[in-house]
Amino acid sequence: MTSLLILPVMLILVILVIRGGPAISWEFLTAYPIKGMTAGGVFPALAGTVFLVSLGLLFSVPLGVAAAIYLSEYAPDNIFTRIINLAIINLAGVPSIVHALFGLGAFVIFFKFGTSMLAASLTLAIMALPVVIVATKESLQAVPMAFREACWSMGASRWQTIRRIVLPNAVSGILTGVILEVSRTAGETAPIMFTGAAFFLPFLPESVYDQTMALSLHLFVVATQVPNVPEQLPYGVALLLISLVLVMNALSIGFRVRFRNQKKW
Amino acid sequence: MPCRLDLEFVFGIKRNGNLMTTENDKNNGAYILETDNLGISYGDKVALKSATIQIKHNEIYGIIGPAGSGKTSFLKAINRMDEMTPGMKTTGTIRFQGFDTSTWRNLYALRKKIGVVFPLPTGLPLSVYENVAFAPRLAGVRQKLDLDEIVERCLRRAALWDEVKDRLDSLGSLLSGGQQQRLTIARALSQEPDLLMLDEFSIAVDPVTTMRIEDVLKELKSHISIILVTNLVQQAERLADRTSFFLNGEVVESGKTSDLFSGKAIDSRTNDYIEGRFG
Repeated sequence: MTSLLILPVMLILVILVIRGGPAISWEFLTAYPIKGMTAGGVFPALAGTVFLVSLGLLFSVPLGVAAAIYLSEYAPDNIFTRIINLAIINLAGVPSIVHALFGLGAFVIFFKFGTSMLAASLTLAIMALPVVIVATKESLQAVPMAFREACWSMGASRWQTIRRIVLPNAVSGILTGVILEVSRTAGETAPIMFTGAAFFLPFLPESVYDQTMALSLHLFVVATQVPNVPEQLPYGVALLLISLVLVMNALSIGFRVRFRNQKKW
Repeated sequence: MPCRLDLEFVFGIKRNGNLMTTENDKNNGAYILETDNLGISYGDKVALKSATIQIKHNEIYGIIGPAGSGKTSFLKAINRMDEMTPGMKTTGTIRFQGFDTSTWRNLYALRKKIGVVFPLPTGLPLSVYENVAFAPRLAGVRQKLDLDEIVERCLRRAALWDEVKDRLDSLGSLLSGGQQQRLTIARALSQEPDLLMLDEFSIAVDPVTTMRIEDVLKELKSHISIILVTNLVQQAERLADRTSFFLNGEVVESGKTSDLFSGKAIDSRTNDYIEGRFG
């Protein structure tokens, strides 16, 4: 029964490889789309996705890790902390289209960033935040309390304890969470559609205030919005996108395995 | 005076001079630690009521009593871990080296003067070397040579050096239980504490290691004061100069260990506990 679960995944992969495989080439990865996106490559979309995700991480990781450290190591167990924790869990459940509209209202219009990479990656960051916080909190709490008490009793402050003992032993768990989050945000379409991803741009963005293409949106466009696209092109884009995600997931599994082998207590 | 000189010889590190001079020690009188009507509670639950205990310089003070009698809470109150423990409240006063710990401004400095050894061996997930160098590093010792010397001296004092000198880089948290417990003692000594508190250190340690650690404690006694919380009454009899019997959050009786164990205990409950009739 359980092996049936693998079936749809394998089917999707096999179909993508068979139909999209022929589209993948060095040129496909490095060239700009031409002839109204019915030919050429996907370079600006690929680059745009990388930009959006990295910029998003730049916001979500420091903020998320800091918030998790506060919640796990400093915050007293009171009603306020519980409300925050509840809010984080709920934030993780908000549909991405709602995030998109929030990003449009907050970053594009209110902060006047315009439809830009900045607004799009901030929207992605807000989506990623709860997952980063929860993953970080869990790996911090996996470090035994006895280690903290031993440090405190030696006269170490809370921060010295976190810095020298807790964080170094939680970092692989945090990294795993962050990588999984990358693979999720890389595939998101709705949050960037209104906030910074462009239908078609014949050049790369020059600053964070420019729009950019993105793989996920590009897939949507070539699959449904442009007439006369050769069949292998959208399959190729889908294959590329899913490969990116798989590589990321494999990385995170690799980290987890290494972490498990380096058992420290 | 000779004791202090000895201490410098033993621990090697220059003292900062704050409250630590010989003159101050004299002014502080015979006691390194005095608690006066110390009460400890967690929310509605009272863990200890009105403990009044004085601990002299250079003595091993035993605390015996069954589980849940407030022994560990007593230790936690002394190095002000109440500040780190949600819900823990203390009443009464604790004077360490003559100063009320509730008015002690730098709690980190207070905790550095009090070494703690926990019931379960807690080797930090650092190398053996870094475990012992942790406290000196916090105190600002940076030179490799100085650290090397402290690490070797403390490991020797804890009777662990010969076993780990060839693998100082291996993880302290992966040593055997008995070795980890001696590592914990070496780590506590690296703080150059004036008071060492051991909380049932022999729970997870084999009898041979327990004996070795007991020998270490007897030796340390000439330099520092030791509070020995133990679940083994014979251990208190072997090591402690004076002993208190805790029961259900109450200090039933305190006195010279030799008196308590020779049937001169005033309270019948003390006699019953020592002779193993309950607990």
